[in-house]
Amino acid sequence: MSSITAQDIKKEFFKSKMGIAGIAILTILILTSLITIILIPVETFQEWNNPGSWITYPKTAIPIWVNFLSFEKLPEHKILTNPSVQKASNNEINLSSYQFNLNFDYDQFPNDFIYSYSSEYSNSPLLQMSVIRPDGIKLELISTSLPYSNVKIIHEDRIFSTDAMIKKKLMLQSEVFNFGIENVSTEDIIFSKTTSNEPLKGNYVFLIDLYEIENKGEIIESNLIIGGKSFGIMGTDELRRDLAIGLLWGTPLALFIGLVVSIASVTMGLMYGVYAGFKGKKTDETMMRFNDVIYALPALPFLIILSVTISNSIFVMVGFLMIFGWVGIAKVARSMSLQIKTRGYVEAATMMGQRDSKMILKHIIPQLLPYAFASVAISVPAAITTEAGLSFLGLGDPSFPTWGQILHDANTFGAAARGLWWWIVPPGIMIAITGLAFVFIGNALDAIVNPKLKR
Amino acid sequence: MYIAKRGLTMFGVLLITLLITVILVGSNMDTILKQGVGFQVRSEITENPAIVQSFSSVQEFEAYIQDRTDERIKNLGLDESWYSPQRIGLTMYKIILLDFGQATFLTSDLGSSDVKDIIFEKLPRTILLFTTATILISIIGIFVGALSASKIGSTVDRITSSFAIISSSFPVWWIGMLMIFLFAFTYQIFPARATPDIPASSPEYLGALLYHMTLPLITIVMIGFGSWAYLVRNFMVGIMQEDFIIAKKAIGIKQSKITYTHALKNAAPPIITILALSLSGSLGGAIITEAVFDWPGMGRLYFEAITVMDLPVIIGATYILTVFFLVSIFIADLLYGYFDPRIRTNTE
Repeated sequence: MSSITAQDIKKEFFKSKMGIAGIAILTILILTSLITIILIPVETFQEWNNPGSWITYPKTAIPIWVNFLSFEKLPEHKILTNPSVQKASNNEINLSSYQFNLNFDYDQFPNDFIYSYSSEYSNSPLLQMSVIRPDGIKLELISTSLPYSNVKIIHEDRIFSTDAMIKKKLMLQSEVFNFGIENVSTEDIIFSKTTSNEPLKGNYVFLIDLYEIENKGEIIESNLIIGGKSFGIMGTDELRRDLAIGLLWGTPLALFIGLVVSIASVTMGLMYGVYAGFKGKKTDETMMRFNDVIYALPALPFLIILSVTISNSIFVMVGFLMIFGWVGIAKVARSMSLQIKTRGYVEAATMMGQRDSKMILKHIIPQLLPYAFASVAISVPAAITTEAGLSFLGLGDPSFPTWGQILHDANTFGAAARGLWWWIVPPGIMIAITGLAFVFIGNALDAIVNPKLKR
Repeated sequence: MYIAKRGLTMFGVLLITLLITVILVGSNMDTILKQGVGFQVRSEITENPAIVQSFSSVQEFEAYIQDRTDERIKNLGLDESWYSPQRIGLTMYKIILLDFGQATFLTSDLGSSDVKDIIFEKLPRTILLFTTATILISIIGIFVGALSASKIGSTVDRITSSFAIISSSFPVWWIGMLMIFLFAFTYQIFPARATPDIPASSPEYLGALLYHMTLPLITIVMIGFGSWAYLVRNFMVGIMQEDFIIAKKAIGIKQSKITYTHALKNAAPPIITILALSLSGSLGGAIITEAVFDWPGMGRLYFEAITVMDLPVIIGATYILTVFFLVSIFIADLLYGYFDPRIRTNTE
């Protein structure tokens, strides 16, 4: 133990495949965290639990890449923005026309569509919406006049595919289709072949015309959401949240919890154990009895009581996890310092009258550092899984999207029963991969610190 | 002397644990008890029309109720703050004698709200699942561990070690969710909820319970045995390098005999210690695993008690778990001393 220098450890460590694999995974995780923190706006994770901010996303959509693996292509969720604008004016009537192009190439109908806009006008302009299908047929969808105002105002509204006016308009054009459309939803009519009720692939153009007499009116901002069944790299959950964002934000949080808890508890345990072992006699006895008390506390029940009665803030939770983390390390550190204490040079230093603090920091702690590093790495996964477990029970900090919390939501909404595998599998894999990285590093270090196990 | 000293320490630890629990939930408990007294007084008075009619105004009625409530709170000793030594002392004394009082919300399946009844109803179920799992895990673990220790570096050894490392970083409850997803919904082999839906009194109950516990049992054993095997392997590898084993090899005793008799016997003390600890740990069940599988044991009781803040149940369950834990540490200590005499002489 004592003969190993830092250089030796480094050399040995990079010889072990496990250690390198661990470092590689950890590097990827750290890079992911950095990218998340830099590139993804902080608002997304503050808004994680605010359903209002996810309204434009689809409900329980599967990841997009599943489309590449299966024969049946599920429609992607698309948010179309920036329509092309054309303006025409004919003496009295001003027409502004907004055009969204959609390439629809899927084997199922979209879920719905929502057109949301904000328009600036005075008087009461007329808004018309129509769609030109790949087969050249133009379907009128809606024509409605915006609320009257004698001064210039900004009016915001949404047109939903479930609007009864759209259905009425379509019924007037039912002769286009060779099948009855009374009981078919609007999006299934618009995107249907004329011969049978199957999706028609190709380019669709959604046209929004705003007619205005005398005054000029315009749509300042608008977007068209084609509600799909697949979205993003990781899909979405029941509350329409983009799981990719949750999983990405979970990475720095998990690393933070794991590293802070394990580093702090190993440091605490090391100091405590070494001091007890070094002092010996009554001090040792008392300190070890206190250690026994903490050791005997049932950890998870107490963590639950603490988070319910005191606070479930993530920072307080890190503190609670530390309370139960240092005990085992203190025991080992004590027995190691008992051995080191009897070595010649330590006794010599004692005789020279060095201060206790100096003895501990200079002669004993450095000897234990390799062991300490291994312990840090080994105790990270436990901290991460414990926090994930608490969050899974619904006791986590609601303001941070951790992996455990995503799994908690998955469980509450019965994801397993409904076959929503993309909601259950990725968070668990992330927990496991993070754990694995540290277990690999820990085991590689452990093999160097305890050479007996290597053979 | 050694035993008595250890026993005394353990009892001290138990008291401190109890004290911490009581302090943590004490203030909430106090409020709940006082509210309870208030309700009781009010219902007693409103049930008696003669008293109700004797009041001329609402204020008079309220004042009367307040007086009666205060009087009763004083009689029950609740007027002293919950952290006064007498009250904490009394609470702890009652708990040590296993008198946990009445549960606030939860009841046992048979309808009793006595905390003791509730706990002793859940305990056997937890033992059935988790203790069975622990025994299976240790048997498989010892066997696989010894096997891979006898052939270090072989394929078996490498598979065991990597399986142990990988399985230890997956949370059991997540694997549980996956297992439910796969074997209860995708392939409908096992039921998704581990609680049988027929009443406990019917004769088929035991069969249904066993059928329901298969999926959780498989999950726990699958995730658990790897780390056991790894632990046993590492103990054994240490012993295999000792001189007496090398000497035996030199004499020409068969490798398998050395592994399973001489080496395993010498690896026994730590293995037995860990077995004792994990057996006692299994009595508490696993809160999260039971929540996932909806297994009606101690873990789920604990979780339910915490979600509705049923404080007597929380205190009772914590106490019982701590007692089991300490008893097993104590037994493990004694066993260790018995198997490895060096430990006993080491203490003083």
